[in-house]
Amino acid sequence: MNGGSVGTGIIYYLGIMLICAPFLRQNVLWLPVVFLLAWGIRRGGALLAANEKVTSLRGRSDRFFARRRMPLVALVALVFLIMPLCASGYLVEVLTSAFLYAILASALNITVGLTGVLVLGFIGFYAIGAYTTGILTAKFALCGFWTALPLSGLAAMLCGVLLGIPTLRLKGDYLAIVTLGFGEIVRIFLNNLDPLTGGPNGILGIKRPSLGPFTADSATAFYYVTFAFLAATVFVVARLIDSRYGRAWVAVRENEMAAGALGIDVFRKHLLSFSISAFFAGIAGSLFAVKQGFISPDSFTFYESVLVLCMVVLGGLGNVAGALLGAGLLVVVPEVLREFALYRMLVFGAVMIAFMIFRPHGILGSRTIALERKDAADVSE
Amino acid sequence: MEFGGLKALSRVSIRVGAGEILAVIGPNGAGKSTFFNAVTGTYKPSGGAVYLRGERITGLPPHEIARRGVARSFQNLKPFAEMTVTENVLVGREVHFRSSLLSAVVRGGRFREDERRHRERARELVEFVGLGARRNTLARDLTYGEQKMLEIARALALEPRLLLLDEPVAGMNPTETGFVMELVRKVQAQGITVLLIEHDMRMVMGISERIYVLDHGELIACGTPDEVRNDPQVIAAYLGGGKNARAQ
Repeated sequence: MNGGSVGTGIIYYLGIMLICAPFLRQNVLWLPVVFLLAWGIRRGGALLAANEKVTSLRGRSDRFFARRRMPLVALVALVFLIMPLCASGYLVEVLTSAFLYAILASALNITVGLTGVLVLGFIGFYAIGAYTTGILTAKFALCGFWTALPLSGLAAMLCGVLLGIPTLRLKGDYLAIVTLGFGEIVRIFLNNLDPLTGGPNGILGIKRPSLGPFTADSATAFYYVTFAFLAATVFVVARLIDSRYGRAWVAVRENEMAAGALGIDVFRKHLLSFSISAFFAGIAGSLFAVKQGFISPDSFTFYESVLVLCMVVLGGLGNVAGALLGAGLLVVVPEVLREFALYRMLVFGAVMIAFMIFRPHGILGSRTIALERKDAADVSE
Repeated sequence: MEFGGLKALSRVSIRVGAGEILAVIGPNGAGKSTFFNAVTGTYKPSGGAVYLRGERITGLPPHEIARRGVARSFQNLKPFAEMTVTENVLVGREVHFRSSLLSAVVRGGRFREDERRHRERARELVEFVGLGARRNTLARDLTYGEQKMLEIARALALEPRLLLLDEPVAGMNPTETGFVMELVRKVQAQGITVLLIEHDMRMVMGISERIYVLDHGELIACGTPDEVRNDPQVIAAYLGGGKNARAQ
């Protein structure tokens, strides 16, 4: 039931695996030592995190940001709007990719963070969105991007509903396994459904979107397109969270029995959050297809699902800004670490473990946006 | 309303008149909470029936029963720990919201009106149970007694016809108990029927109009507080001895 602790565990041990990877090729006997070491670090970190001074500092910084939310959002948005004017083409590419992941993380955050349903095969919806666009615009050239985009979202949503109806009554870990299976099934389908998906060769020649005379051909133009979609997604998600729907989702996460006793249909709330998540994943998939111009099943592996889940957990479950920050970090940090070549993933793993030790509830904490705002009001009273 | 012969218990038939305060008492394990769970749909009774204003609600899922006006508090508390007091109560208002998914995004007049009205009602209820000063506190940071009050406010937010309270004053001091008794009377004055499970005899005898006594899943007595107090079977059940005696 507890997506938080499971997700935290996954990040932690994924980190350990990454650290181990270079060594293990030489000697597997190191594995127990590494795990023991990691366990020790985790215990020690927990003790440090319980320290009074660390806690009070954290509380103060949380309140500082909670009180200045709107200006902060505007500032961040402004930075990202100006960025391409003075950044290298490489950075623009990386950020565009980060935006796509941010859409995915924001979407997954609804299901995992707010509703407390652990989904492991989320990338399946992303794949469905990408392939819907690929098939509609390139493979059979039935329509343009702007028609394919909403259809991609709806296709993913439909699959979400179809998957959700029989499975969302399952509890916690069982559901996680089913969704994991779903992600794999989608990938295997894509690999073998040659007439429709092109099999392992994928689909080529997906065109960038155009609006009238303007085509988002350049990296910079597409950067802005993606940014616009990310902004829209965050806007919708944030507003849903700060409404009766968000409250009902959190209530279901906190206690299904109590939510049921208050007249909330737990199953329907699960299904709603699941299908909304799937919809936005489909949209992100569609954007991914036109960004790459080429899609193949290799882009939609289980690793990607875990990565998106890590973004949500790392940033803070149920936290809108957290999902964005998590996506940014998990896309940008590995890029920055490229200089370390062989040890890149080692350092990356260590960074993730450090975060989980010092901020077990995610970097920005697992509060919802609605809660933050009321806290702010409370402080100013 | 009548709850006839629930087999989870057995041959327990309780009739609740609108606007009454009734108590269900009995030793631990007598089946009081099971009875509540059967009424609210948490457990599906293997036999028997539950009627609410003439409508058979047996076997309906809990949320459907809640929507028909049956609210409850839980013996082992179940607050929404990561939500504030006001938000907890707002969740109780959920079934009364009319705004749609789309309007939650667009935020038209109707959405704002909905939100404002229910927030106001939630605030009233929070004040009503004496948690006004704590309305922005996370439920998990409340004291045990405060969490109990929060459960009552949350249940009342549903605007129920029937309120089931499962040991509302367990673990409370006499002052707090007095406050809850006063509260239950006020709730009754609003026309809400109250059915409570309670071990605190001062509360049970003080406010109930009628008392049902359960032991080993069976109804052993019912009547006014005075009748029940002097019933030999009840005394036997509580003090041991008699046909239902258990090893002490």
